[in-house]
Amino acid sequence: MIKGPKYLKLSGLEPLVVTPETNFVNIGERTNVTGSRKFLRLIEQGDFSAAVEVARDQVDGGAQILDVNMDEGMIDGVQAMTTYLNLIASEPDISRIPIMIDSSKWEIIEAGLKVVQGKSVVNSISLKEGEANFIKQANTIRRYGAAVIVMAFDEQGQADTLDRRIEICRRSYDVLVNQVKFPSEDIIFDPNIFPVATGMEEHKNNAVDFFKTAKWIRKNLPNAHVSGGVSNVSFSFRGNNKVREAMHSAFLYHAIKNGMNMGIVNPTMLEIYDEIDSELLLHVEDVLLNRTIDATEKLLDYAEKIIDDSGNKKVVVKEWRSDSLQNRITHALVKGIDEFIEEDVEEARLLAAKPIEVIEINLMAGMNVVGDLFGSGKMFLPQVVKSARVMKRAVAYLLPFIEVEKDGKQETAGKILMATVKGDVHDIGKNIVSVVLGCNNYEIIDLGVMVPLEQIIKTAIEEKVDIIGLSGLITPSLDEMINVAQEIKRRGLGIPLLIGGATTSKAHTAVKIAPELLTPVVHVNDASRAVTVVGSLLNKDTSQVYKDSIRNEYELFRDKFLDRKETKEHIDLATARSRKLELDWTDYKPKVPNQMGVQVIENQDLKILVDFIDWSPFFRSWDLHGHYPAILNDDIVGKQATELFADAQVILSKILDKKLLKAKAVFGIFPANSVDYDDIEVYSDDTRAEIDVKFLTLRQQLKKREGKANIALADFIAPKESGIHDYIGAFCVSTGFGTAKLAKAYEDDNDDYNSIMVKALADRLAEAFAEYLHKAVRTNTWGYAPNELLDNEALIKEAYKGIRPAPGYPACPDHLEKNTIWELLKVQKRIGVTLTESLAMWPAASVSGYYFAHPQAQYFGVGKITEDQVKSFSKRKKIDLKEAEKWLRPNIK
Amino acid sequence: MTVIEEILLKKILVLDGAMGTMLQDYKFSEEDFRGDRFVNHPCSLKGNNDLLSLTQPEAIKTVHRKYFEVGADIVETNTFSSTSIGMGDYQMEPWVYEMNFESAKLARQVADEFTKKNPDKPRFVAGSIGPTNRTASMSPDVNDPGYRAVTFDELLVSYTEQVKGLIDGGSDVLLVETIFDTLNAKAALFAIDALKEKNNWNVPVMVSGTITDASGRTLSGQTVEAFVVSVSHIPLLSIGFNCALGADQLLPYLRRLSQITEINTSAHPNAGLPNAFGSYDQSPKEMGDLIEKYLEENLVNIVGGCCGSTPDHIAQIARVVRNYKPRKTELKIL
Repeated sequence: MIKGPKYLKLSGLEPLVVTPETNFVNIGERTNVTGSRKFLRLIEQGDFSAAVEVARDQVDGGAQILDVNMDEGMIDGVQAMTTYLNLIASEPDISRIPIMIDSSKWEIIEAGLKVVQGKSVVNSISLKEGEANFIKQANTIRRYGAAVIVMAFDEQGQADTLDRRIEICRRSYDVLVNQVKFPSEDIIFDPNIFPVATGMEEHKNNAVDFFKTAKWIRKNLPNAHVSGGVSNVSFSFRGNNKVREAMHSAFLYHAIKNGMNMGIVNPTMLEIYDEIDSELLLHVEDVLLNRTIDATEKLLDYAEKIIDDSGNKKVVVKEWRSDSLQNRITHALVKGIDEFIEEDVEEARLLAAKPIEVIEINLMAGMNVVGDLFGSGKMFLPQVVKSARVMKRAVAYLLPFIEVEKDGKQETAGKILMATVKGDVHDIGKNIVSVVLGCNNYEIIDLGVMVPLEQIIKTAIEEKVDIIGLSGLITPSLDEMINVAQEIKRRGLGIPLLIGGATTSKAHTAVKIAPELLTPVVHVNDASRAVTVVGSLLNKDTSQVYKDSIRNEYELFRDKFLDRKETKEHIDLATARSRKLELDWTDYKPKVPNQMGVQVIENQDLKILVDFIDWSPFFRSWDLHGHYPAILNDDIVGKQATELFADAQVILSKILDKKLLKAKAVFGIFPANSVDYDDIEVYSDDTRAEIDVKFLTLRQQLKKREGKANIALADFIAPKESGIHDYIGAFCVSTGFGTAKLAKAYEDDNDDYNSIMVKALADRLAEAFAEYLHKAVRTNTWGYAPNELLDNEALIKEAYKGIRPAPGYPACPDHLEKNTIWELLKVQKRIGVTLTESLAMWPAASVSGYYFAHPQAQYFGVGKITEDQVKSFSKRKKIDLKEAEKWLRPNIK
Repeated sequence: MTVIEEILLKKILVLDGAMGTMLQDYKFSEEDFRGDRFVNHPCSLKGNNDLLSLTQPEAIKTVHRKYFEVGADIVETNTFSSTSIGMGDYQMEPWVYEMNFESAKLARQVADEFTKKNPDKPRFVAGSIGPTNRTASMSPDVNDPGYRAVTFDELLVSYTEQVKGLIDGGSDVLLVETIFDTLNAKAALFAIDALKEKNNWNVPVMVSGTITDASGRTLSGQTVEAFVVSVSHIPLLSIGFNCALGADQLLPYLRRLSQITEINTSAHPNAGLPNAFGSYDQSPKEMGDLIEKYLEENLVNIVGGCCGSTPDHIAQIARVVRNYKPRKTELKIL
């Protein structure tokens, strides 16, 4: 046999060979949901054809390997990876390059390996969970025929020094080559690129250590390769792209010299090494190479100078004031500046033949610019809402003059009724859509929240509305929307329907609502689309064509949805129970709570909660997607996010200083045991003689592979027959007292922007309160983790022991158990939080749930259940089957 | 090192020719296919050539014998379609293990007869593993490119069963052949590697891809080089090409293959391209001359025939092979 040199060889439809002459293999990274906001959105929306185009752009842009990552909590990663790679396989100009299957979850990696015909790269495995697991995974990867990225990570944690990096890489290599017989040329190390210039002494050598590790690997671990994600190194200079680009480029220059031969680099964030300003390069290299003691300080000083150079805006700011009148009005609307709007509008009024013309001509001209910019993605939602504020103020100023002149009513583009359906209290999204439509010259009749269908229908008829928009966040609202649709049809009304809100979906709209209607119904989940959809529905010339196309589209979608192959298999309840999660109760003794029984917090200091806020969802509620704090420096929305964040801080300080919101909580820990597999008995006292309430939990019925349990929450509580004294907690917190009043005050001041802001902040504070209280319970009231020390980031990542699942969420999707919590804690009586007929909490900014303390308790999704469990549930709950079906419907297979 | 590996260092081995072409001459009827055993089988069995190992074993042995007689070193078992997926068309899934086991046994018996007669020329049995009739990396539905008619896991189950039967029945090597979709082959290799580890088998594996046309790619779109990279993760006895093309059309791809792999190479082309009636006209002499070109250029270690080739063709190949030494080539990097 003839022996050849051992080069890393990968393949798609065509081969990729990494030889000593290969300078650097560039890995395309935009097809990664954790790194690309856009890609995440496309995958979440199921827009796979657009997602495939992202891959094509990467290949066209010179990517030599395509990194695909589907690690996001809300996505079924296995399904998404499979579907996406299958679709890519059908595109020869994409699938010509090898795939990098990127996931921290083994089952997603394996799903990827099962659908690629070429030789791919797995990203990544490590010794984190011990040698046995590492060997098993490596052996399987070899058998599937893929190369592998190995992270410098072991049982002790991530390597952060040169010695640790060398130690872990050497050990990983030895295990792979000698025990697994993994081809040495198929091993790629990622020895962790960490930030420099953070001000911390121990970070100073981060880049140098990486370079040295790279060199060491190439010298001492024959045939192995070195890769990494470069942008980490400049993390402390977020917001200063000039410095970052220079750092990336200089880092790469040195890393490649030391043997790094592949990596993830965003080409738009890369300066050409030779073109870096020589002074900047000197400072950057001083930092990277840790050449001088004061390197970091010097680079920081220099970086500030660069910011100052580009920050001469202060003088420019007012320049627009000397522009023409129309340009000033347009500028004020586009920029959302209301400082001068009355002045400008007055000037326009004096020039106009009639006051109404100022609206029809000057203001509309400005709003058209806003509409165009928003439509083309150049403006973001918070800006548009700010524009609306300027518009409203201008109109409010003009109204008295218009009425004096009695020159009739302003012509609007159409009348739209907006309502959050009966039983639901969530309205942030609905309000945003209302504002955006209002900006586009539609008249909005907003009926608010918890609107009964009779009122919706009556108003629609009396006001002769053109369109009805329905919103809802909790699952029972889906049924209520169907009721509204049925009523519209029964009354023979020809009004199209818009559907929006967190639990709504195109599938539900197409399958459940559309068949109930003769008129078109459109699922609209973001404000920018609402404008286009409403415009198309109401345009006299094209509306029929549009309506027909919508009807066809939804019919097709429905047929396709109903036809889709159900790939998941389910097992019956008895079998699922026999595969329950068996926790080891012999070694674990439940902690007797330091304090048992119900406790109330009457007036929580809000300031303490601020540190517990998870800001990422706040940005999401404004259609800005990304993780905080990284989002503040996002290439696309960073500027807007920073501005929104600053505005939020202003309102938040106001709320805190003037105590405008009141926060209350009720919670308690109680003796409890699980019974009959799925139920949890809560006892009046620790004699466990008398049952106070019983919580029903739902059990997973998805057929899983051997060794994977079908979990129900009850599994986390010791069974009664074990004789072990176990406990469960329950809680309800609210920061919503005062929200409605405050929001209304802003609304009355024509300030929808801050009205929505107040509600969004109240929601965040409620979540923060829940997090804070959970911590207090863990360390104090229950006290099972008295010594835990976690920062906020770790809290958000749920790194603590024990869980606090909430009814209505994946681990316990039925809302009905809220009633039981209310009964147990006397929530309404004690703190005044009530439940609507759909079991939404009022005030809206409230959170309720359970506490489980077992260290193996984990969050999970119940998923689909079958009819036998519904029957069992109705029997145990003592409600009739129809009623049970109604509440559990979204989960019934 | 196994016996066959040692022999390959010294000489070029000859693989047999087509089984189907030879069986056509018997003109078996529906009743012949059914035999006594499957008289009452619910669907038609005519055309299920692999079944003949159970119902007409003597015919199968005769074909093997004819190929050994003309100088073949290796015969392939009559199991090209003997997977639960392939046999689904005939509702014969329950007999798949047995078909593989019996087919391997028949070939084994004949091979042993010949080795006994001439111990200097040991004969070998290659367990034939076809691609199945479904593709794991392509959609059969142009309107739904994400759809797959078969999954990796289904293939894995199916191939595992086939490989067990082939090895239990006495195969010396396994031949994953006519690979038109590399992902199918990867499932077969996964099954083989897992079984080898579990049972501590030391059985060499041959793989043979199919270049479908002048595009120079497999049906699933891979170039020669990409195909080689994609199947080289399991230790292989040989890698090569078969079917679809005649010896002359296959030559350029064999040249490319030979330059980039350190593994033994194989080729078993068709007897030319099919004529308008789907049969093959290339004469044994013509095919032998074309194969001699391979040998002159030092391209192969194992050579034989696929569709349309007969014992006469293999006799010609065996004749030319005698004069050449096995391939040894300086490697190029893809």
